Amino acid sequence: MKPAPFNYRAPDKLTEALDLLATYGSDAKVLAGGQSLVPAMNFRLNRFALLIDINRIRELEYIRIDGQVLRIGALTRHRDIEMSPLVREHAPLVAEAVRHVAHLPIRTRGTIGGSLSHADPAAESPAIVLALDGTLVLQSRTGARSVRATEFFQGMFSTALQPNELLVEIQLPVAQPGQRFAFEEVSRRRGDFAIVGVGAMVNLQHGRISQARFAACGVGTGPVRLRAAEQLLEQQVPTAALFARAAAAAAAAVDPQTDIHADAEYRRRLLAGLVERVGMRAAGLSEGAKRD
Amino acid sequence: MTELHKIRVEVNGALVERTVEPRRLLSDFLREDLGLTGTHVGCEQGICGACTILLNGRAARSCLIFAVQVDGAKVMTIEGLSNSGAVRHLQDLFSKHRALQCGYCTPGMIVVAYDLLQHLPSPTAQEIRDGMSAALCRCTGYVGIIEAVTEAARERVAAVDCATPVHMTSD
Repeated sequence: MKPAPFNYRAPDKLTEALDLLATYGSDAKVLAGGQSLVPAMNFRLNRFALLIDINRIRELEYIRIDGQVLRIGALTRHRDIEMSPLVREHAPLVAEAVRHVAHLPIRTRGTIGGSLSHADPAAESPAIVLALDGTLVLQSRTGARSVRATEFFQGMFSTALQPNELLVEIQLPVAQPGQRFAFEEVSRRRGDFAIVGVGAMVNLQHGRISQARFAACGVGTGPVRLRAAEQLLEQQVPTAALFARAAAAAAAAVDPQTDIHADAEYRRRLLAGLVERVGMRAAGLSEGAKRD
Repeated sequence: MTELHKIRVEVNGALVERTVEPRRLLSDFLREDLGLTGTHVGCEQGICGACTILLNGRAARSCLIFAVQVDGAKVMTIEGLSNSGAVRHLQDLFSKHRALQCGYCTPGMIVVAYDLLQHLPSPTAQEIRDGMSAALCRCTGYVGIIEAVTEAARERVAAVDCATPVHMTSD
């Protein structure tokens, strides 16, 4: 099908885009990479009076280090994140996960800001930003505010973004010595949305897990922090038995949806398997099972 | 009534100027406004890859981009790649390996394969399979497609190896 008619603006300055958002609010929709929005428009699942195309706002396309923070402009393409030496060095979890985002011709267009704003519960980026306890900068004509990932995601395709706000920057803490990362997912075919995916950070200090951060996609209405697993792991000596217990705790604590791709029980089993696998790998207990 | 937009875009090396409605998909713009029907439309949701083109040198789905967005950009379609000879050998290898049956997916397959080999001059077997999964074929079962791209990659590596001493002496 073809989209319903709409008017179109493509400002090349952030301030112009924010002015348009202030004027049109929920009558307008922001178009970033369009890899989720345009299919929905083609199917007429949504329609808008005005499409604000932000692709010409080059000031939103960057990856840079600022002290202990990795700053990623919201318009940065998944492909550019994948190829970035800065991301590989300072946010290895992002580098590993982004290669699972769809196919190359999708990653050349799709943006991290678009993916986070869309908040698809099966998408990788929201889970990763949640696992890394990232901060999102939302800007409107009247100012900017920082929202932690834990508060940003508010359920199925729902975020803290107000109709007059634009997500402009993603801030991630730079990887510290001792922190190890892993991401894995299960999908029917390479490039498909994950049925379930899990990202993990495990901080090993003197043979113990000083800090664990686990987040998953595909097991709830949004990305889900696996706090039950984290609490079980922290301050413990990493062993296979410990990760098996953490996996069971994570699976017991989630409330996955049943849909045409998988039922809730299957998703719970996948989650347990993935928590164990990424946990073991992050803790250096296994190098295998990395499928790519 | 929606506002119309005048766009200037370089398509296959030639500058074209048209007036478009914002909702005009790039795939429809290429096929219907410019008559470049080599770009096929399968799913209009970015899954099948039949409409894959190069936008400013990068592979992209033309069904997920509005024509109005490519004002000032460079678009390369299968016609441009084919007429310049850039994919001639890939096309021959697709023929040799029976990498098509109905042929509907083939333009997208060729663009995806060309883009893959541009980014990964010597891809592994797994990288070829992963890369080519960006386009769907419902006839062949992919065996011939993978063989064609594998042979193209192998020949490229051989050609680069032969050329290396020349580069070294000329430096």
